[in-house]
Amino acid sequence: MRVSLFVPCFVDQLTPQVGLATAKVLKRLGHEVEFRSAQTCCGQPSFNSGQWEVAREAAIRALAVFRGAEVVVGPSGSCVAMMRVFYPELLKGTPQAAEAADLAARTFEFSEFLVKKLGVTDVGAKFAKKVTYHDGCHALRELRLKEEPRQLLRAVQGLELIESEEGETCCGFGGLFSAKFPMISTAMVQVKGGALARTGADYVVSSDPSCLLQVGGWLSREGKPILPLHIAEVLAHDA
Amino acid sequence: MSDSKAIFLKDATVNAADGDQRAFIRKALGGYYLNRDLQKARYRDWERARDAASMAKWSAVNDLADVLEKFVGNFERNGGVVHWARDAAEARAIILKIAEDNKAKAIVKSKCMTSEEIHLNDALEKAGFGVVESDLGEFIQQLRGEAPYHFVFPCMHVKREAISELFTKHLGTAPTDSPEELTMIARRHLRQLYVDADIGITGANFLVAETGQISITENEGNARLTAALPRIHIALSGIEKVVRHLDDLSVLLPMLATAGAGQPMTCYNTLYSGPRKKGECDGPEQFHLVLLDNARTRLLADPEQRDALHCIRCGACLNVCPIFKNIGGLAYGTTYQGPIGSVITPHLRGLKQWNHLSGASSLCGACTDACPVRIDLHHHLLHNRRNAAKESPTLFDRVFHHGFNFVIKRPWLFATGGRIFRATLPLLQKLPVPYMRAWMKTRDLPKAPARSFRDQWKNEHA
Repeated sequence: MRVSLFVPCFVDQLTPQVGLATAKVLKRLGHEVEFRSAQTCCGQPSFNSGQWEVAREAAIRALAVFRGAEVVVGPSGSCVAMMRVFYPELLKGTPQAAEAADLAARTFEFSEFLVKKLGVTDVGAKFAKKVTYHDGCHALRELRLKEEPRQLLRAVQGLELIESEEGETCCGFGGLFSAKFPMISTAMVQVKGGALARTGADYVVSSDPSCLLQVGGWLSREGKPILPLHIAEVLAHDA
Repeated sequence: MSDSKAIFLKDATVNAADGDQRAFIRKALGGYYLNRDLQKARYRDWERARDAASMAKWSAVNDLADVLEKFVGNFERNGGVVHWARDAAEARAIILKIAEDNKAKAIVKSKCMTSEEIHLNDALEKAGFGVVESDLGEFIQQLRGEAPYHFVFPCMHVKREAISELFTKHLGTAPTDSPEELTMIARRHLRQLYVDADIGITGANFLVAETGQISITENEGNARLTAALPRIHIALSGIEKVVRHLDDLSVLLPMLATAGAGQPMTCYNTLYSGPRKKGECDGPEQFHLVLLDNARTRLLADPEQRDALHCIRCGACLNVCPIFKNIGGLAYGTTYQGPIGSVITPHLRGLKQWNHLSGASSLCGACTDACPVRIDLHHHLLHNRRNAAKESPTLFDRVFHHGFNFVIKRPWLFATGGRIFRATLPLLQKLPVPYMRAWMKTRDLPKAPARSFRDQWKNEHA
């Protein structure tokens, strides 16, 4: 299959290794991977801030960028939810409505693509570490993904998966929310980050790099001995 | 910044930093999660039950005028008197007039959030009528002079020792740390009040159109005494509480109990069918129902968010909300706290003053999943944000998002901007850049990489 990568803007700029790992895993499974460099941001920050006119422009640009792509795969539950769930809502009743629905049907979150679309759970990864998994809320509740990333992690050679308390609790990122209401966002990450740290895992793994910014940023500030890692990075690990 | 937003920010900041109180609330809810899941497991299919409950409410709300008319016809046939109140002031005036006309001296009241919404106790007290809350939690909050913390568990934030002190101070009782003893103190105090009261005021959980009955759900039996012992019963209800059929309660009553409190059923479920009839030996002589609009019709006129009128006030969305659990119920400054409050308060009291509550959410969606009547709560927070941005855009938001859009429209500018951003990130973290500083206060940022994904990809695939 020819896979068009959808790399979130902040992954592009702050955690490029996540995008590279995503491509590596897909290639290892024998797929052709492309990156269309006209892509930038999906428009979620504006959408979540109520600036739907601005977000609509971003959505229409994304439709053009990914026009003709067989499948679009992104290593972020949140940004994929933007395309899958919120583009159709944004473009409802516009001339682009049909194309938005079409893109939504061709767009997949990375772990979802592997398990549900390709039917693969063992990607041949080795990672002899203890990890705990953090569900991003968009992956969990907008895309309804819960078992898929866990199936992938359980198939990794040497990996021990530990569930945390507060399993389905939000980490408190919420995009600009984390900076507009930093006191609430911090209280939330104290609850979530504390539970993750108590697992004794070496890594907190997630399919959402934005949650990892929040959780990882707090864990680092608190000096907790647990590191953030994207699921694509775990699955790319083969030695 | 609106006054309500300034107060919210101040209170939320204080409460979010209070680790002990936050742990107390989480612990208080611990038993709820366990019981809720146990009770949910007893349903053959909880999701189908949610569909049915949602449908029952949808069917009434989407035909509200007709269903209400049918209810009122049957309620009046049962001997009740209906009063329509457009807003809080009208509702207060109606209730005050009933009290004055009947030369009432003492009023006892059971739990009713709608009465909080119209600030009824203040109005009654100012007019010289004593009013006592008969629900234990509300009684405690009344003694504390504080609004309910949670619209189902009004004093969940108050520790047992504080309740004991409160009773010692106001009722002169000996200190105790036994919950049973504390309950008995309140009970002994309240019993005589039911006998002395001329008027009992209650809320209503459901208005059954088919039979003209009012359904009230409670755990303490206080609402039954409030409704039955005084010679006048006044029920106050929002117009959206109506359902079509008695049979609708077969799904709504257990779901209300399970979703809200983790119970199979609430302890007392009573249907009130009018005043004392000829030949009956008890019950009130007069039975009034005040039906309140207070901007509910504004919500009804919005097809996108109309489902917020399905709310049965179970409190499930508060119980699972990480915002509620971390800032507490009082910080909202609203009658209805938590996600449902953040959704409906802008409609009830004004978007400009109350939109900040829709902003104060990570949009995690736990509320929407918990709602027994399937209100699309977290998406409505997005709708409120959109409506607010359209109605009264802030200069900052306009500049920020249009500027951001200018950049992301141009991939070359995005790439260049990104390069500058990464190069200056260590410096930016030290400067007082508004959002950056808020982030950096409690969290680190990853070390900026030398090359972006797009640069590395281009190199490898050149």
